[in-house]
Amino acid sequence: MPLEALQTLPEGPEKDYLWTLNFGPQHPATHTTLRLILTLDGETVIKAVPDIGYLHSGFEKLGEDLDFNQYVTIVDRMNYISPIANEIAWHHSVEKLMGIELTPRCKYIRTILGELSRISDHLLCTGAQALDLGAFTAFLYGFYQREVLYDIFETISGQRFHPSYTRVGGLLFDVGDDFIRQVRAFVKEFPKTHADMCRLLNRNRIFLERTQTIGVLSKELAIDLGCTGPVARASGVVRDVRKDEPYLAYADFQNLFKVVCAEQGDCYTRYLVRMEEMLESLKIIDAAIENLPPGPVNVDVNSKAVFPDQQAVYRSIESMIQHFELVMPNRQWTPPVDEVYGCTESPNGELGFYIVSDGTGVAYRARTRPPSYIHFATFPYLIEGHQISDVVAVLGSLNIIAAELDR
Amino acid sequence: MAFDSIVTTLKAKFADVTTSEFHDNRRLVVKPAQLFDVLKALRDEHDFHMLFELTAADYLKYPKATDRFGVVYGLLNIQTGERVFVKTFLNEPDLTIRSAFTLWKGADWLEREVYDMYGIVFEGHPDLRRILMPEAFTSYPLRKDYPLRGRGERHNFPVITRAES
Repeated sequence: MPLEALQTLPEGPEKDYLWTLNFGPQHPATHTTLRLILTLDGETVIKAVPDIGYLHSGFEKLGEDLDFNQYVTIVDRMNYISPIANEIAWHHSVEKLMGIELTPRCKYIRTILGELSRISDHLLCTGAQALDLGAFTAFLYGFYQREVLYDIFETISGQRFHPSYTRVGGLLFDVGDDFIRQVRAFVKEFPKTHADMCRLLNRNRIFLERTQTIGVLSKELAIDLGCTGPVARASGVVRDVRKDEPYLAYADFQNLFKVVCAEQGDCYTRYLVRMEEMLESLKIIDAAIENLPPGPVNVDVNSKAVFPDQQAVYRSIESMIQHFELVMPNRQWTPPVDEVYGCTESPNGELGFYIVSDGTGVAYRARTRPPSYIHFATFPYLIEGHQISDVVAVLGSLNIIAAELDR
Repeated sequence: MAFDSIVTTLKAKFADVTTSEFHDNRRLVVKPAQLFDVLKALRDEHDFHMLFELTAADYLKYPKATDRFGVVYGLLNIQTGERVFVKTFLNEPDLTIRSAFTLWKGADWLEREVYDMYGIVFEGHPDLRRILMPEAFTSYPLRKDYPLRGRGERHNFPVITRAES
C-alpha cells in the first residue's frame, strides 16, 4: 500500500506525535475522487502523499480502438469542465498528423469555443476555490454564467455537457444566427458578473488571509515540474501556447490579448491570473465573433477527410462511396505512418496529444498530456509546512479535474 | 537553425544519435545506454529546462517495427520555446533505463505512469510504484498483448464486505 512511502519518517518516541490522516477519496473539498495521505504534526502538514487512480477508466486504451472521430466522445470526458477545449486539442493533433489545413470559418468558430470553454473552466475553478474557503455567493454568480455557456453549447451541438462538436477537418454542424446572438449577449453581460466576483473576493479579508502566501510555487520549481498554463504563469513563467506557437485563428489576435503573468505563485495569485485571463478571453471572443468569416466550415470534400453533405450522399454515387469509405472500419483515413505531438493551450495548461499512427483511421497510440496530472504532482511540494485547512485552498487553486488526472 | 547546431554538438559527443522530423516535431533517437547522458547534455548545455512529456508506446503490432517499446521524452526550452523529442527503443527482457528524476523532478509521476502501463523500469527512481492501476494488478494494460476488455480482473475483483472492513 502507499503507506509504505511514509516509513521514512522519524522512528521512536518522535513518531508518536505524528498523525496520519486520510483525506478522501470521498470528500467534498476534493470535488472529485482523489486521495491524500497526510502526515500531521498537530495541525501542520509535514508530508502529503497523493494516491490517485480511483477514476482510471482506460481512456488511452480506448483511443487505440476507436477511430479519430469516435474518440472525440471519450476526449470530452477528460476535462469535463471545458469539454470543447479537449476536442479542439484532439482534432488539432489529428489534423496535424494528416496535414489538414482548416477553413477560416472553422478556425474562428473553434477559437471562440475554445475561449468560451476557458471562461467556463476558470469560472468553476475560481468559484469553487472561493466556495471551499466559505464564500458561497461568488460561486453562484459564476455558475449562473456557466449556465449561459452551457446554453450556447447546447445551441450548436444539441448537448450541454459533452458536445462532441469537432470532427476531423471541420465541425459537426455550422453555427447559426442564434449562436452569434447568444455569444454577443454573453460578451455584453459577462463583465458585470466578473466585476461582481472581483468585488466579492479580491479584497475580501477572509479570502485574502486564506490564500495569500499559501502554497507558493517558485518559478524554478514550476519549470522543473513541467507546470504550464495559469499555474505556471502565476509563478512567473511567461509561456502561452496561444502566443508562442499560434494555432487556429490566434495568429490574427496576437496584438489583441495579453498573456497574464504574475510572480508570487501563491493561491491568491493563481486566482487573480485566472480572473484576468477571462477578460483577455473575452476580447478574443468579441473580435472573433464580429469578424467571423463566411464560407464552409468543413475542408473540401475532395480531401476525403470529411463526410459529404447529406443530400449529396443521397443523390450521387461518388458521395455515397466516400461516405461508405469513411464509415467502414477497414477503410477510413490514410494518415502517414509516423508520430506527432500537437498541443493547445487548454484552460488548465498545455493539453497535448501524442499520436502514433500506423496508417489507419485508428490511432495506434493516443497519449494525452494531461495538465491536471502534472499539476497534481506539485501538490506535495506546495502543501509542506502549511496548516491542514490550507489543503483545500491549494487543491482548489490547482484546479484538479480527476477525470483528466486519471483518464 | 538551433536544432541543427544541437544535433552537431550531440553527434560529436555521442556516436549513435540519429534524427528524424515530422511537421514541427524534431526527434533525436538514441541508444538506451546513452539516453541519460544525452538528456543531461540537453538540459545543461542547451537549456532544455522543462520536461513536458514522457511517454511510451508498444510497437508489437506496428508495421515494420524492429523494436518492442519506444520511450519518448519531450523537452522544452523555456526561453526560445523550442521543443525536442528524445526517443529510445527497448526490447525484452531488458526493460530498464535510468531514471531522469535527478534531472527534472517532473519525471517522477510521468515515469511512474509509464512503469504502470508498460512495465518499463526506471532505475534510480525514488518511489517506483503503480500510480493509476491498483497495487495488486499484475499486467501492464497499455501493452498491445493486453486485451481491450481485460483478462477478467473486473469480475474477479476482491470485494470487501462490511464485516471485514
